[in-house]
Amino acid sequence: MTAALSLTPVRTTRRPLGVTLAGAVLALVVLAALAAPLLAPYAPDAIDLSASLVGTGSDHLLGTDSSGQDLLSRVLYGARSSLVAPVALLAVAAVLGVTLGVLAAWRGGWVDTLVSRLTDVMYAFPGLLFTVLIIAVFGAGMTTSVLALGLAFTPTIAKYTRSLALSEARKPYVDAYRVQGMGGARICALHLVPNLGRSILGYLVVLFGEALMSLATLSYLGFGAQPPSSDWGLMVQEGQAAIVQGALLPALVPGTAIALVVVSFNVVGVWAADRLGKQDR
Amino acid sequence: MNPSAVVRRLTRRVTGLVATLVAASFVIFAAVYAAPGDPAVFLAGGRDKLTPERLAQVRAQYHLDEPLVEQYGRWLWDTVHLDLGRSFKYSDQVVDLLASRLPSTLQLVAYATLLYVVLGVGAGILASVKRSTWVDSAVVGGTTLFASVPSFVAAIALVSFFGVRLGWFPVTGSGEGLTGTLHHLTLPALSLALGALAIISRVTRQAMADAAASDHVEAARASGVPEREIVRRHVLRNALGPIVTMCGLVMAGMLAGTVVVETAFGISGIGSLLVNAINTHDFPVAQAVLLLMVTGYVVVTTLVDLLHPLLDPTVKEAHA
Repeated sequence: MTAALSLTPVRTTRRPLGVTLAGAVLALVVLAALAAPLLAPYAPDAIDLSASLVGTGSDHLLGTDSSGQDLLSRVLYGARSSLVAPVALLAVAAVLGVTLGVLAAWRGGWVDTLVSRLTDVMYAFPGLLFTVLIIAVFGAGMTTSVLALGLAFTPTIAKYTRSLALSEARKPYVDAYRVQGMGGARICALHLVPNLGRSILGYLVVLFGEALMSLATLSYLGFGAQPPSSDWGLMVQEGQAAIVQGALLPALVPGTAIALVVVSFNVVGVWAADRLGKQDR
Repeated sequence: MNPSAVVRRLTRRVTGLVATLVAASFVIFAAVYAAPGDPAVFLAGGRDKLTPERLAQVRAQYHLDEPLVEQYGRWLWDTVHLDLGRSFKYSDQVVDLLASRLPSTLQLVAYATLLYVVLGVGAGILASVKRSTWVDSAVVGGTTLFASVPSFVAAIALVSFFGVRLGWFPVTGSGEGLTGTLHHLTLPALSLALGALAIISRVTRQAMADAAASDHVEAARASGVPEREIVRRHVLRNALGPIVTMCGLVMAGMLAGTVVVETAFGISGIGSLLVNAINTHDFPVAQAVLLLMVTGYVVVTTLVDLLHPLLDPTVKEAHA
C-alpha cells in the first residue's frame, strides 16, 4: 500500500466548512448514482457516431466521447459501480482482517506469529503489486480485482484490529464472561468485536478513498472493469486517446469525478473517524 | 553503539531481508499453481498457438514434473544466475528485456525523487517557518489535495494542459539525450511526485517543529544568531533524520508507481512491460518484473532502516 496519510485532525467543536462542503458533494454523488436512470439524458451505452467528440452544449451537457456516447450519462451510471465496488472490497477486507486480527490477539503464541509473518510477506509487495500478481494469475475482471484488493487490504485491517483487540481483551468484562463459562469464540463474536465496531468502522471510512483510488487505477490499467462498463477508471483509459486530438473532456470528466469523490471522502473520512474514535474513549 | 552491536544489528537486518525475499519470491513462483488449469499451459501463455514442442520446452524450463520445493529451488538458482527464461511474446531472453527497459524506469524514478525532495522538503520548511499562518494552511491543504488525486488522473490533467493546450511538453515517449529525456520525463515525473508531496512536507514540518523546540535552538536564539542561520544550521540539520528516512521509503515505493505512470505516458520501462505482459499472458516476464520490483523495494527499505541511526544518533534500537 502507498504510505497511508495520517492527517492531523482538526479539533474544533463546530463542523468545519470544508467538511460540510465535502459531505454535500458526497451526498449529491450518491443521489446521482441512485437516480441515474432518471437524471441521465441518454442510455450510458447509446452510440451515436454522428456526434463523436462533441464539446459541451445543450444536447450533451458534458460533451461526448469518440463513439458519441454522452459523457454525463456515462459518469452518472458509472458512479454506481465506482462507489459500490470499493464498499464490497472493504467488506471482504474487513471480514478477513477482523477475523485474523482478533484471532491473533486472542490466541497469541504461534497463531499471532503466523499472522504477523503473513502480513510481513504481503507488505514486501509495494503499492498494487500484490493485487497485480493475483490478476496476472486469475485474469482481469471486476470480481477478481475486488477480491484481490480485499486480500491486499486485509493485513492493514488485521494489524489495526489486533492492536485494538489486545487492549480490549484485558478489560474486566472479558474475564467476567469467562468466569460465567462462556467460550472464547462466543466472547469474541458477541462482545469483543461489537465493542471494537466503532473504531474499525472509522478506520474503514478512512480507507475508502484509497480503496476507490486503487480500484479506479486497476480499471484504468485494464485489469478491473471491462468494456462496455462505464466505470470511471475505464472511462479515463478509453478517453485518453482523444486527448492528442484536442478533445480533453472524455478523459477529464471521469478523472475529475474520481478526484472529487476521493478528496471529499478523505475530508469527511478523517473528520468522521476522529469523532467515532473520540466517543469510543 | 559498540562495534559488536553494529555487527549483530547488521546480521539481523540482512537475515530478515533474505527471509522476506525468499518468502516473497516463493509467493511469486508458486502463484503459477494457483492458476486454474495446467501450469505448463498457463506459463506458455494459454492454449492458442500452443505447440507440443513449446509445451515440452516450458515443462523442461520450469521442471514441472518435480516436487514444488525442488522446482522453486531450481527457479531461484536460475534467477540468481540471471537466467529468467524466455518471453513468449517477444521471444527474447527475459533478462535482456529487463536490461533494455530498466534505464527508462530508473531515470523516471530518479527525476521524480528529485522533484518530491526539492518541492516536498521546501514546502515543509516553508510551512514550519510560517507556522500557523495562511502559508502553513495552504501547504497542508494543497499537498493533501494532491495526495487525493490518483496518479493517472494527475497524468491526464498534466498532459491535457501542459502537453496539449499549452504545448510545452511532449505527450508520450521518453526522449533522446539529456535535455530530450528531461523534457519528455518532466510531466511523468511530476505526476509520480505529486502524491508524495503531502507525506514529505508533513514529515519535514513536524521534524522541524520538534528540532526547533530543543534547548540549543533557544540558546542560539538568545545569543543573537540570525533566524536564517538558526533554521539552516540548527533546526534543519537536526531534523534531517526523519526527512531522509521518509524520502527513502517513498522512493522505494515509487518503483511500483511507475506501472501506472509509464502506461499513462507510453514510456517503455519495466512498469509498462509488466502491464503488457499481463495483458498478453506473458507470465515469465510478469514474474521477473514483480520479483525485480519487490527486491528493489525490500532492499531500499532495509538500507534506509540501516542508515537511519547514522543520520540521527539519538535513535536507539527498539529491541536491543
